[in-house]
Amino acid sequence: MYRYDAYDQRLIDERTAQFRDQVARRLSGEISEAEFKPLRLQNGLYMQLHAYMLRVAIPYGLLSSDQLRKLAEIARKYDRGYAHFSTRQNVQYNWPRLQDVPEILAELATVQMHAIQTSGNCIRNTTSDQFAGVARDELVDPRIYCEIIRQWSTFHPEFAFLPRKFKIAVTGAPTADRAAVRVHDIGIRVIPSPEDPSNHGFEVLVGGGLGRTPRIAEVCRSYLEREDLLSYLEAILRVYNRNGRRDNKYKARIKILVGALGIDSFREQVEAEWAQIRDGVMKLSDEEFERVSTAFETPAYATLEPSDDFVAGLRLGKDRALGRWVASNVVGHKVPGYSAVTISLKPKGKPPGDATDEQMELIAELADDYGFGRIVVAHEQNLVLPDVDSRRLPELHARLTQLDLAEPNVGKVTDIIACPGLDYCNLANARSIPVATRIGQRLDDLDYLHDLGDISLNISGCINACGHHHVGNIGILGIDKQGEEYYQLMLGGSASDDASLGKILGPAFPSDEIVEAVANVLETYIRGRESADERFLDYVRRAGFAPFKERLYDQRPA
Amino acid sequence: MTNAQPETPELHPGARRIVRLRGLEPDAKAEVAIDHWQRLTDDDPYPSLDALPVLVSIERAEADAETLRARSGPWGVWLRGDDEVEAVAERVRGLPVVAIEVPKFTDGRHFSLARLLRDRYGFAGELRAFGDVLPDQLFYMRRCGYTAFELAPGKSLDTALRTLEAFSVSYQGAADERRPLYRRREI
Repeated sequence: MYRYDAYDQRLIDERTAQFRDQVARRLSGEISEAEFKPLRLQNGLYMQLHAYMLRVAIPYGLLSSDQLRKLAEIARKYDRGYAHFSTRQNVQYNWPRLQDVPEILAELATVQMHAIQTSGNCIRNTTSDQFAGVARDELVDPRIYCEIIRQWSTFHPEFAFLPRKFKIAVTGAPTADRAAVRVHDIGIRVIPSPEDPSNHGFEVLVGGGLGRTPRIAEVCRSYLEREDLLSYLEAILRVYNRNGRRDNKYKARIKILVGALGIDSFREQVEAEWAQIRDGVMKLSDEEFERVSTAFETPAYATLEPSDDFVAGLRLGKDRALGRWVASNVVGHKVPGYSAVTISLKPKGKPPGDATDEQMELIAELADDYGFGRIVVAHEQNLVLPDVDSRRLPELHARLTQLDLAEPNVGKVTDIIACPGLDYCNLANARSIPVATRIGQRLDDLDYLHDLGDISLNISGCINACGHHHVGNIGILGIDKQGEEYYQLMLGGSASDDASLGKILGPAFPSDEIVEAVANVLETYIRGRESADERFLDYVRRAGFAPFKERLYDQRPA
Repeated sequence: MTNAQPETPELHPGARRIVRLRGLEPDAKAEVAIDHWQRLTDDDPYPSLDALPVLVSIERAEADAETLRARSGPWGVWLRGDDEVEAVAERVRGLPVVAIEVPKFTDGRHFSLARLLRDRYGFAGELRAFGDVLPDQLFYMRRCGYTAFELAPGKSLDTALRTLEAFSVSYQGAADERRPLYRRREI
C-alpha cells in the first residue's frame, strides 16, 4: 500500500472542504448548474439517466482491506448496497444524493481515498497493471511512477481545463502489457536503458484512444530517462492544452491533434517545449524515487518452497472445479511459493463488475486471511488477491465457492468487459449488461469455455466505446436502427502489446440474434483452428473474416 | 461586506471592485480593491480624464504609442486567452498591468499563457483576469501567475476571497512557487 503522509492527507481533507462549500453554494443557488458541472465532474460526480453517479479513484487499482470495507459501508449507507468496478480502476456508485456527497468524500478521506479528477476535462486517475509488484515478467514495479504522476497531476493548475479528458497508463512489464497503454492518451512503458540494461527508463506513447475515433498510440519518445518523467509529461500536456481543438468535443482528444499534425510534427513541438524545462526544477532525484518507493509497504512475505509444481498439480488434478479455477484465475508470483488470484466479478447472469456490500466485506476478509490485506482492481473489472500462499489455494477456492465468487472464467470469453449501457447511461443506444448476461448463460459449458482458451469480449452500448469494443478480440457495439437495438460484431481487436483495432464483420444483428452470432463465431474458430495452441486472435489474423462471414451471413435469409 | 459583488454598492462610473493579491507568493494575502483601470476596445475613445489608467489591445498600444506616452495616467495591455505567448511576451514586457480575457471558464488556454508569461518571459507586473472569471477558478489562476481578478458580473467577492485559499499545499511547481513539493518538503 502507498501510505499517505501529512501533505497527502491535508490535500484530500481540503478538497472535501472545498467541495462541501461548492455543494452548499449550488444548493443555495449562488452557482448555476452550468458553473457547477465541471466542479462536480472533477470530483467524479456525473449526472446519469436516473440519478447522480459518483466515481471514486482507486489509484493504480490498489486497495487495502480497510478501504474495501469503507467502500462497502458507503454502498450500504448512501447507495443501494452495491458498487460497480469500472474499466479504469475506479469504483462507481449509481445512486448517491448530491447533499450526501461531501459526507461520502469525508468518509473516503478517512481511509486515504478520494474522487479527485475521476471525471472532467483534466488528467484522470493513472492506471496500471493489476499484477504490478508481483508479476514475474515485470522489470520494475510501475506503481511508484503512477504515484509520482498522481501527485504531479493532482490539482495541476495549468491543466484543469484541457480540451478534453486525459488518461495516462503505465506498465512495468516490457513484453506483457496488461494496462492497455496503447489505447491511452499517454502510455508509458518501462523499458531497459539501451546503454545500460541494469538501468531503466520509459518509452512514451501518445495519442491512443477508443471512443468515436479509435487510434493506437504512436511512439513520441523511444527512450526517456526516468528523472525526466514529469518534465516530459508537462511538455506534452502544454502542447495539448495550447493546441488541442476546442470547437468540437468529438475532435478534442489528443489523438486527433496527433493525427492532424502527424506524430513527427507533434513530437517536434513537444521536444521544443521540453527543451525549455527539462533541466529545471522538475527533474526527479533518486531520493524522490526512494521516498515514494518506501511509502509503498511491501508485504512481509514468508520464505516458502517454490510452488510451481504444486500449482501445476492442482491445475491437472482430479478436482476439476479447482483445476479449472487454478488454470484460469491463478498466475505465478515473483516471490517463490506465492500466487496471484483473480476473483471474477462476472458470475453467470450478473452485471460485469458489480459487487454487493456483503461481497466486498467478504473479499476484504479473504484478503486479510490469505493476502496481507491487499486487493487490486483489474481493468477487466475483476478483483485480484495478489499475494496468496499457493499451498492455501484449495482452501481459498473452497471459500470462494461458498460465496459464489469462484467463477473460473478469467481471460475467457465470458470474462466480458461491458459499459453500463442503456440501463444506466443517457448516451447509450442499446443495452450492454443484458447481452453480457445472455452470452454468459449461453456459454455455460465450462469445458467448452476452457477449450476456447483466452478470448476477450467487449461490449459498448454506443460509439463512445466505454466498453472498449474496438480492442476486444470480439467486440460488440450497440446501435440504434429506427428505434430498435441492434448490435455490430467486430473481430480482431487487442489492447495488449500486439494492439490492434477490431473490424466490423458485416451487417448488425438484432438483439435476439446477437448471442447466437457470438456462439457461431466461437464455433467457426473451434472448427478452423490448427490446434488448441492457436489462440482465437491468431486464428482471426491468419484466416481472416471469410470463414466467419460464411458461417454467420451465408445462412441468413436475404 | 456580505456577499458584495463587483458592482455593489454604486461606485462612480467606470470603477469596479476587484480581488487583488498583495504578491505572487502562495501565502500572499488577497484583498478587495476599488479599481479604476479602463479597458478600451479599439473603437472606444480615450477617457477625458487624462490621469485614468487604461488597458488597450496590443495592436492599439503599438498604433497609439505616441498618444499613450503623452497621457499622464499609466497604461497596460489586454490579451485574449488564446493569444500565443511567443507573439506577445516581448511586446508587454515592463508594463505595469497585463489583463487576459477568459472567454469561457472551461477554455483553459489562458492558464498556459499566464504561466509562460511569468515563468518563461519574466513578466513582473500585475497579471489580471477578466471575462468569465468565476470564484472556483481563482486558486488555479493564482498558481498560474495571476495577481488580480475582475470577477464576472454578479459573483461574490467574499466567496472569491475564500476560494483563493482552497489549498494550503501543492504538489507541483507553478508560477507562485516554482519548486515542486519534492524539492521543498519539510516532513
